[in-house]
Amino acid sequence: MNVTMTVNGAEVAAETEDRTLLVHFLRETAGLTATNVGCDTTSCGACTVLLDGESVKSCTVLAAQADGHDVVTAEGLAGPAGQLHPVQLAFRREHGLQCGFCTPGMVLASVSLLRENPKPTEEEVRMGLEGNLCRCTGYHNIVRAVLAAADDMAAESAEVTR
Amino acid sequence: MIPAPFTYYRAASVEEALALVAEHGDEAKWLAGGHSLLPLMKLRLAQPEVLIDLAPLRELSYIRDAPGHVAIGALTRHHDLEHSALLAQAVPLLAHAAGQVGDQQIRHRGTLGGSLAHGDPASDLPAVILALDATLVVRGPSGEREIAAAEFFQGLFETALDPDELLTEIRVPKPAGAGWSFQKFTKRAIDWAIVGVAVQGTSVALVNMASTPVRASAVERALASGAPPRDAAAHAADGTSPVEDINATPDYREHLARILAGRALEEAATRAG
Repeated sequence: MNVTMTVNGAEVAAETEDRTLLVHFLRETAGLTATNVGCDTTSCGACTVLLDGESVKSCTVLAAQADGHDVVTAEGLAGPAGQLHPVQLAFRREHGLQCGFCTPGMVLASVSLLRENPKPTEEEVRMGLEGNLCRCTGYHNIVRAVLAAADDMAAESAEVTR
Repeated sequence: MIPAPFTYYRAASVEEALALVAEHGDEAKWLAGGHSLLPLMKLRLAQPEVLIDLAPLRELSYIRDAPGHVAIGALTRHHDLEHSALLAQAVPLLAHAAGQVGDQQIRHRGTLGGSLAHGDPASDLPAVILALDATLVVRGPSGEREIAAAEFFQGLFETALDPDELLTEIRVPKPAGAGWSFQKFTKRAIDWAIVGVAVQGTSVALVNMASTPVRASAVERALASGAPPRDAAAHAADGTSPVEDINATPDYREHLARILAGRALEEAATRAG
């Protein structure tokens, strides 16, 4: 079938098998390889992307199901001039990664979490990220990074409204 | 892992969905969020030749107040149940339990109707719906019919739905003021419950203690005869038939059922009024 979706603001259209998974469409058709395939069983969250602004595991979504929808991957988070997203900046500053494999999924799950709950408690961050596994077990710094990003984003929007 | 080949259709209306399933019969499966079905298809445990995607049927995604019950469209996502102000006030057990399903990402995709129609006894919401005595509304070639939750779950992955029928609405009675609790035991948040217990007033239902979600009838009888929560909970495994798998022996599941039922009944008691 022909699948057309917006990926990181640009339209991507391709003829693809009905059974193609969104993660493979992104990696192989759109050529965007930041989205990792980890467990391939909806468990680890490494393949997390934003579908219409909400985090989903792209190994368990058909490309066909994303037809006509809006997808954001880690490549699309930075602003137009290349400035990193506040969550990306906070992950870097707080060292919210070790090997980096889970990081794109962690960052996108965090962006979605903060969109729904801009001022989470530490407990809420831990619960909100329960679908993302870090095999380096670097969770403490990841949680610290998400909390720092929440503060940064709150300060930023206070700046804008002032 | 990629599913075996299939043909993908997208239904633009309930009528078109029913026409497509009438055309393809047993070879076709409904696709809602896909978070139960696609993992099975990747493992070749399910190999439908046709998938009928119900995603365009936005008219089946709603949570509406009705006299005596809350009407929920079958395509309402766990995320929407979790964050519904109406449910939080009228049926807090369902809102809370929906927030315990899988993880954030799974709740963005998974639907109530999909979870129920899949008929997995290890899923959270079938037992919750059973404890709430909900009614399921289905549409088929000969029109609409209602099925009580107690009649809906018939076996492992087996429900009272005919292959050419579509679950459209779940009607959940408002349990005026009675206490509630949902307890489940998992090794990781994203796993299915090894055992779970849903309590609404004096109704008690069990996750993963048989080939279907089941009511803990012996607990309910003990409560009715005035037994305190802990004593009633001691009967939680009576008449159940839990499986042995990589996570637990039947004995361990029975133990968990008694412990979790005790915790659930005690928590429910603190919420009654």
